[in-house]
Amino acid sequence: MKLIASALLIAATSVAIAAMPVQRVNDSAVTSNSFPATLSEFGFFAAAGKQVPSAGVTPYRLNTPLWSDGAEKLRFVYLPAGAKARAQGDGLLNLPVGSALIKTFTYGDRLIETRVLLHRADGWVALPYQWNAAQTEAKLVLAGGRVSVTTPAGQAISYAIPNKNQCKECHALAGAVTPIGPKARNLSASWLAALHRAKRLDTMPAVTRRLPLWEARAKAPLADAARGYLDVNCAHCHNPRSSASNSGLDLRWEQSDPASFGINKRPVAAGRGSGNLDFDIVPGDPDHSILLYRMGSLEGGISMPELGRSSLDPAGLDIVTRWVRGMKR
Amino acid sequence: MTIPAKTIAAALLLSSALPLHAKTIEVAAGEGAQQRLQEALILAQPGDVVSIGAGRLALSDGLSLDVNAVTVRGAGMDATVLDFSGQQGAGEGLLVTSDDVTLRDFAVENPKGDGIKSKGADRIVYYRVRVEWTGGPKETNGAYGIYPVESTGVLIDGAMVKGASDAGIYVGQSKDITVRYSVAESNVAGIEIENSRNALVMGNLATRNTGGILVFDLPNLPVMGGGNTIIENNLVVSNDTPNFAPKGNIVAGVLRGTGVLIMANDKVLVRDNVLADNGTAQIMVVAYTNKFEDKNYNPYPRHVVIGENRIIGGGNAPAFPGGEALRTAFGGALPPVLWDGLGGPDALVLNSPIAAVSLNLPRQGAGSDEAKPALVKAAPPRTVELPSGVGAPTALEARIGA
Repeated sequence: MKLIASALLIAATSVAIAAMPVQRVNDSAVTSNSFPATLSEFGFFAAAGKQVPSAGVTPYRLNTPLWSDGAEKLRFVYLPAGAKARAQGDGLLNLPVGSALIKTFTYGDRLIETRVLLHRADGWVALPYQWNAAQTEAKLVLAGGRVSVTTPAGQAISYAIPNKNQCKECHALAGAVTPIGPKARNLSASWLAALHRAKRLDTMPAVTRRLPLWEARAKAPLADAARGYLDVNCAHCHNPRSSASNSGLDLRWEQSDPASFGINKRPVAAGRGSGNLDFDIVPGDPDHSILLYRMGSLEGGISMPELGRSSLDPAGLDIVTRWVRGMKR
Repeated sequence: MTIPAKTIAAALLLSSALPLHAKTIEVAAGEGAQQRLQEALILAQPGDVVSIGAGRLALSDGLSLDVNAVTVRGAGMDATVLDFSGQQGAGEGLLVTSDDVTLRDFAVENPKGDGIKSKGADRIVYYRVRVEWTGGPKETNGAYGIYPVESTGVLIDGAMVKGASDAGIYVGQSKDITVRYSVAESNVAGIEIENSRNALVMGNLATRNTGGILVFDLPNLPVMGGGNTIIENNLVVSNDTPNFAPKGNIVAGVLRGTGVLIMANDKVLVRDNVLADNGTAQIMVVAYTNKFEDKNYNPYPRHVVIGENRIIGGGNAPAFPGGEALRTAFGGALPPVLWDGLGGPDALVLNSPIAAVSLNLPRQGAGSDEAKPALVKAAPPRTVELPSGVGAPTALEARIGA
C-alpha cells in the first residue's frame, strides 16, 4: 500500500494530469435509485485492488483527518463529465448531483472496506463495501460487519464496518445525509487550485483559517491543532443540527463560545460516560475533564466517538490533553 | 351504527400514509441475528412490520432504524429478548431516528450504553417493551432505558425498565408526551421528564428506584422551558435504592427516598397519586441546584400545584445533611411535601390539605446548611391555571392493543 499511497500523493498535487487508463465511471450506478451489490459496478477504479482511479475520480487528502483505529484512508472525489464543484466559503464543497465521494480503509497492503457517498437526485446516500480476502472485489454490507485486524500500533482489534444507518449517524445534518470531509478549510490550497485549474471547481474558496496539517501540528498553534482534531473527529455529531445535538456540546471549528465547546459545561445525557466528573472541560485539568475521559476509554457507553473507534488514538489524546492543560485555570 | 367522523378521518389519514403493499419481514432468533435483524431494519419500507420471533437474539453491536412508519414487533416482552451482553460498539442497544415508528412486545437486555434511544423520532410508540440490566442496580449499567429525545409525540405504554444507572424512562427535550401503565423499578430515576412540555405521566408504578418520578428543566440545552405537565394516578412506592448514578450527572444528586421531584419547570400538577414510604420526601419541589450561566434559563419552580394525593408513611429517613434533626423536630417524620423555599409565592401551590415544609433557602444554589426550615403556612384556596393540552396525540393509540 505504500506504493499506492505515494502514487496518490503525487496524483493529489497534479489533478489535471490524470495519465490513467481510460476507465469510465458508471454514472447510472451513482445516480439510480439502487444499492449496487459490488463496488466494481460503479467503475470508480481502473484497477480496484490497486485503487487506481478512473477518469474523473480525483484523489484528495484532508489536512486533519478523522482517526479510525489507525487505518490509512484513500480518499477520492468523483465529478461527472462537465460538472463542477462549487465553493461555499471555507465550508463544504458543494458537489453536484451525480458526484460521489469514495473512501477506502486499509491496513498496510490489506484493503478492509470502501465507503461511498453518492449524490442522487433526492439526496446523498451512504453505502459500505467490504473487501474480500483475495482483495479483488468489495461487496455491499448494508448491515455492516466486524473484521479482525492488527492496527499499525500492533494491537489486535475487532474493527467495525458501519452499517448503512450508522453511516448516516455521523453524516446526518438536520436529518439529511451530508458529506463531512471536503470542507475548503480542511483541504490544501494547492489541491483546490489544481481542481480550479482543471475547471472542476467554480472558484477558489476564501479560507481565512485553515485546519493545521496533522503531521505538522507541532508547528501549529496548540489550540488550532486541538480544535481541528475535535472538529474532524467529533463535530459531525456534536453540532446543533446532528445526532449529538441534545448534549448541547458543539465542537465545531467555528464555535467560539467556550461553554458551547465544553469549558465548565456539565454533561447532559452522559450516564456513566461522565466518569464521576462534573464538567466536559476543566481548564488546566485534563484529568478531570469528561472529554478526555471519554476519548481515553474503550468501553461501550463511555467511549467517544461511539462509532468507528476500537482502540485509543495516542496522538489525538496528546494534543487535546496538552490543550486543556495549557488553559488558564 | 354511526361511526364518529373523527374516527373515520383518523382512519383515512392512517391509510393514506401507508403504502398498499406493506409487508411483514420475519426475523427468527439464531445464528447471524445481528446481520439479519439489522438488514431487515434497513430494508423495511414505510408501513412494514419487522417481526422478531421468540427467543434470545445475541447481538454484538447496536441496532438502528431510520425508516418512517415501521413497526418492530416481538413475541412478547419476556419471549423475544435482544441480548446485548456481548455488545462491542455503539452508544445504545437500538437507535430510532425516523418518524411514526412503533416498538412493541420485545425486550432489550444489558446494553452497554442506553437501551432504546429515539432521537428526532416524532409520533413514536413504545408498547409493552422491556429494558433491563439483569444484574440489578449497578453504576456500570447503561444510563437510560427508554430514551426518546428531541421528539414531538411520544407514547410509552405498558413498558418496564429495571436497573438504569440514570433514568429508567427518560423523555428529554420533547413535547406532547404520555408515559402510562409502565413499571420503573431499581433505576436511579424511575421516570424522568426533562426539558419537555405537555407531558402526561399517569398510571405508572415507580418503586425501588432512588427517586420515583422526576420533572426537570436544565440550563445550556437546545430546548429549555419545561413544564405544562401532569403527574397523576401513579403508584410511587418505596423508592429506597441508594443512588448508584455516576457523579457528574444531575440525577447523581437525587436523594434516596424521593417520591416525586419537580426541579425548575413551569406549571406542573401532581394529583391523585398514591405516594407510599418514600423516606426523604414524598413530593419535593426545588430550584436547580448548581451554578449556571445561561440567560435564557429560569432555575425556579413556578406554579407547581399539589392536588389530592394519598400519602402513606414516608419522610422518615431524610437523606440530606440535617435531615435527621429535622425529622426529630417534626416528631419522627417530615411532612409529605418538601420545598426548598425558592421561586417566590407562586412556586408551590397547595390545592389540598397537605402539610409542607420549606427549607427557606436564601438563594438559588445554597446548601441545606443554610436552611431555616418551617412549615409552609396554609394559604387560602387560590385559583391557578392548571396544565392543559398534555399527552401524546390520540392518533398514536390506534397503534397499540392486540
